[in-house]
Amino acid sequence: MADALSALFRRRGTKPWVGLALLAGVLLILPFMLAQAGTTWVRVTNLTILFALLALGLNIVVGFAGLLDLGYIAFYAVGAYAYALLASPHFGLHLPFWVILPMGALLACAAGVLLGAPTLKLRGDYLAIVTLGFGEIVRIFMNNLSQPFNVTNGPQGVTLIDPFRIGTFSFAKPETLLGLSFSGPIKYYYLLLVVMVVVIAVNLRLEDSRIGRAWMAIREDELAAKAVGIDTRNVKLLAFAMGASFGGIAGGMFAAMQGFVSPESFGLVESIMVLAMVVLGGMGNVWGVVLGAALLTFVPELLRHTVEPLQKGVLGRVVIEPEVIRMLLFGAALVLMMRFRPAGLFPSRARKREFAAGRGPEVP
Amino acid sequence: MSTPLLDVLGVVKRFGGLTALAEVSLTIGRGEIYGLIGPNGAGKTTLFNVLTGLYVPDAGEVRLDDAPLPLKQPHRVVRAGVARTFQNIRLFANMTALENVMVGRHLRTRAGVFGAMLRTAATRAEEKAIAERAHALLHYVGVERHSNVIARNLSYGDQRRLEIARALATEPRLLALDEPAAGMNPTERLALGQLVGRIRADGTTVLLIEHDVKLVMGLCDRVAVLDYGKRIAEGAPREVQRDPAVIAAYLGVEAAHAA
Repeated sequence: MADALSALFRRRGTKPWVGLALLAGVLLILPFMLAQAGTTWVRVTNLTILFALLALGLNIVVGFAGLLDLGYIAFYAVGAYAYALLASPHFGLHLPFWVILPMGALLACAAGVLLGAPTLKLRGDYLAIVTLGFGEIVRIFMNNLSQPFNVTNGPQGVTLIDPFRIGTFSFAKPETLLGLSFSGPIKYYYLLLVVMVVVIAVNLRLEDSRIGRAWMAIREDELAAKAVGIDTRNVKLLAFAMGASFGGIAGGMFAAMQGFVSPESFGLVESIMVLAMVVLGGMGNVWGVVLGAALLTFVPELLRHTVEPLQKGVLGRVVIEPEVIRMLLFGAALVLMMRFRPAGLFPSRARKREFAAGRGPEVP
Repeated sequence: MSTPLLDVLGVVKRFGGLTALAEVSLTIGRGEIYGLIGPNGAGKTTLFNVLTGLYVPDAGEVRLDDAPLPLKQPHRVVRAGVARTFQNIRLFANMTALENVMVGRHLRTRAGVFGAMLRTAATRAEEKAIAERAHALLHYVGVERHSNVIARNLSYGDQRRLEIARALATEPRLLALDEPAAGMNPTERLALGQLVGRIRADGTTVLLIEHDVKLVMGLCDRVAVLDYGKRIAEGAPREVQRDPAVIAAYLGVEAAHAA
């Protein structure tokens, strides 16, 4: 399915239309089905899409260009705080979201360049360490920037953030249209869906372009890439900037949906989570990455909501905390994947070859 | 010699206490096939790496068409018109043959991120031109029937040819080949010699490092010999072959006296 879907976005195929129409249909009615089980599930789905957006952004950096970034969540933080500070009572600013989102993307992009410019001579492990440090720096900034001027409100975070609003239409208020009740989360769901489709299309188009080929070339052999005239520094910087911009957009949407941001949401564990989504799904493959995000966000929530009642029902009390099980399964999933599908669930073509070559005798 | 294309002027390269290149100077004429030979460890590949910007020389300069080459930045050297292949083939192993050559077009095309995202008419036209040119180059070096094969799965000879196609995609004025015939059988060598001859006939100057003396003698207009980082001889292949210093370098001093 993955290949068929990507083929569809690349050229005008005829066959995959059926599958895509089905998928679109399911995605369109999904929130109403989930709402039957409780609005929580719509929120969980929204969070899943949000993480998919993040993972798609990181995929550009890690999957396409092969630059290991352990501080990616910092760009998410920049986007989220940009929105929080410009659309909340904290500074008394209430700019419309369609002004802030691009600004947040630009800010995150600038942060990406700021991080990239001095570090891009580094590779592999060294780059990973520096990006990890960068991620922590941003989080600590957010935590401590309440003095001498109160910019971020420190660990308490920023509250009462405006929801997305167009004129009098607010994404937070429930509404009834054509006999269907659209709750706030359902409205956000559709917005997120649209953004995700756009981001997926952008990812696929970037991959299959002059810049995408240059990224792939750098990942394959940086020296050879230089020797065919690719300005590797700029092209790598571009990957950082693009990835960061997507992170910034996702951050802005996160702030608006939650109505609250605090430094807690932007820790190292979150960075690693997003990276795990990219790796689990299949580095470099857009569909794999989306699947990875879905598995690692949705399934744990599912467990959280079933493990407790189940134990209470069977044993009469909670023996194992859901959070423990979540981490346990998460670790087990990664171990199993590394053993059986080291290239990811849906690896990109090039990755698949890479891993196949590692086993075969054909290396020249 | 025709008008000069590339001037190497007093290039020095040291690695710690080892002087890999000791004031090497040579001039490659436009339209020549210029051979660079010498025993193992003489500094041939070091000179190549200096010429193509991978090593920064400690002294000296290199001029292409009388303009200094920006030796610190490999990508600008390629832009100026010097493309290379590697002794130990360095293809983008997990990309197809076609994609490898398409990457070679990067330098001479312009589409950026926004063009790619919006897929504008200009970008689409450019992509089409890139693919067409890449196909033409694959055809030129004789690997076209393998255009969708992953580079690592190509035969050794085809990998060498593909690397040449990728270098040609950058539209070089000087094509520098580092031991292109290494590991090839006699038939492949012959075909490679013909390919190099054709590249020159089509207007690209060629610089060649090669161990196969027969190939060098048959193909090159002029040859320079390096030994211990010094240029010990330069001239037509026949003259160089008889040069006592060259014989001494290859076979020892006594052999040189005997000749």
